[in-house]
Amino acid sequence: MPASRVILECRGIVNRFGGQVVHDGLDMQVYAADVFAIVGASGAGKSVLLRTILGLQHPRAGVVLIDGRDLAQLSDSELRGVKAGYGATFQAGALYSALTVLQNVQFPMIEHLQLPAAARAELAMLKIRLVGLPADAAGKYPAQLSGGMVKRVALARALALDPQLLFLDEPTSGLDPISAAAFDALLLQLHRQLRLTVVMITHDLDTIFHTCNRVGVIVDRRMEVDTLARIVDHPNPWIQAYFHGERARAREERDGA
Amino acid sequence: MTDYFAARRSADSLELGLKGEWRALRLQQIGAELAALDLAGVRRLVIATSDLALLDLSSAWRLREFIAESERAGVTVSFSGARPDQLQVLDDALAQVAFQPPGAPHHHESLIEPVTSLGRHVVVITRETRAGLAFLGRVTLTALSACSSWQRLRPIAVARHVYDTGVTAIPIVALIAFLISVIIAFLSAQQLQRFGAEIFVVDLVTIGVLRELGVLLTAIIVAGRSGSAFAAEIGAMRLNEEVDALYATGADPYELLVLPRILGLMIALPLLTVIADAIGLAGGALLCRFLLDIPFTQYLNRVSESIGATTFWVGVVKAPVFALLIALAGVYRGLQVRDSSRELGRLTTVAVVQSIFIVILADALFAVLFMEIGI
Repeated sequence: MPASRVILECRGIVNRFGGQVVHDGLDMQVYAADVFAIVGASGAGKSVLLRTILGLQHPRAGVVLIDGRDLAQLSDSELRGVKAGYGATFQAGALYSALTVLQNVQFPMIEHLQLPAAARAELAMLKIRLVGLPADAAGKYPAQLSGGMVKRVALARALALDPQLLFLDEPTSGLDPISAAAFDALLLQLHRQLRLTVVMITHDLDTIFHTCNRVGVIVDRRMEVDTLARIVDHPNPWIQAYFHGERARAREERDGA
Repeated sequence: MTDYFAARRSADSLELGLKGEWRALRLQQIGAELAALDLAGVRRLVIATSDLALLDLSSAWRLREFIAESERAGVTVSFSGARPDQLQVLDDALAQVAFQPPGAPHHHESLIEPVTSLGRHVVVITRETRAGLAFLGRVTLTALSACSSWQRLRPIAVARHVYDTGVTAIPIVALIAFLISVIIAFLSAQQLQRFGAEIFVVDLVTIGVLRELGVLLTAIIVAGRSGSAFAAEIGAMRLNEEVDALYATGADPYELLVLPRILGLMIALPLLTVIADAIGLAGGALLCRFLLDIPFTQYLNRVSESIGATTFWVGVVKAPVFALLIALAGVYRGLQVRDSSRELGRLTTVAVVQSIFIVILADALFAVLFMEIGI
């Protein structure tokens, strides 16, 4: 892959809650068209990092740059523009419970696009079908959906504005293996056709090996970033255990067979 | 000049060289430029995508619409070079069954409408009444069975609720009691001064605050503070499936959530009432001293003269009853929350409105009761 543009960069991020240091000088770079996995032990601060990038959590030190622009320095209207350019899903879906699926997906469009209602509804339906939801799901409320459907609706909502940058927090957790594989395929398809950059938190080794090209592992409050091919040979014991542990071996045997 | 394509006309054909970044965020401009394109006399449309930097799905959808419109107008559309993948994605997605977004619910305007609506209301009210009675029965049974042991009454949770609903409410309750008694004293002083009967201001303040206003205002403040808090807390726990988790672990939410709140409030509200009474009398004393020149000692003497054996207790005895009603309304509405944050807001509002209403209703019933038994 040619040396490409850095689309997202974190420099020297420090996050601390009381006496507990979560990140201590964490650096991370994501290039355009990467599918980047953030990996780490439970409690290592993956979600905190994502919240920091999304501007939901102000770091004690360090900067987050999206497209080379420091988010902390932007005016409100510039920040609005940046936020319209990326989509994000949350671990539990975070669908608006008072709105139907269709309204949930339309919501970013209403906020950021001036479109006639009919066109908006059709585009939203397009996204709903794109993520593999049946059309009759559109009129349902989030409380009526299964866990897997919630994940899909969240993705459809994140894709509503066709963002160039997509943040996913554990997109395949709680899905059955077939749905998870379909999700991976969908992600790859979107990545290929739309040249999306994807940053995702995931524990799913299958997803990492099938979709990601670069991986950032949070160890000892910092991040080790490398390509997937190289990171598996990183000497850090946690990374070794992660990629070559019991589950990883089972995966290799299965795929090798 | 257009930003998103270059149009080149030759005889009856039009070559459209798409350029720039076709993004969802620019959809309005793209749509406007495409709409402004004059297709009159065009027989063939050739679309070139070699200069196109980016075509996202939303703008590809717009392009697809444009192509469909052109074809309907009798124009042959072709691509120079490959047809963009994005259009294929759209074709695949849109090939499924066409779907109409759900519209507004259908309203039947007919003669039967009033009848069906009446029937529906009757059913809803019956159901609500039955659910309310079931709730009351459930609370009563839980309370009775929990009385079997000290631990099952959850003294620590009860203490927490006494603190949350009682101790933290002291400043606002005290302030309101003070202001109200000052207002009553001031109003009555204005009237009674005309007859030279200023001393009866003390009687009015004492009896008014101790019998009615102390407890009623405290109950209304507490209904606003804690009735809403109960409904919101339990409602949020329902949305978060915490109540279901309690059931699943074999714990009884009525014993863990409902009973401690009721008991806590039944302890806190009488205590708050006593504080409101005291502050109310103090407020009256201050106003009498500075506006009517009644010294504190005379005020106190007059207070003890005007107070009957029951005046204080007639007020305080109502407090636990009001507390029970407020807590029941709050907890009941909280447990009804289902599915959405909007429900949470709606039912919290209902809890507050209903608890204030039933407190005032109960106060009126108490007034009738006390009149009948002559105290």
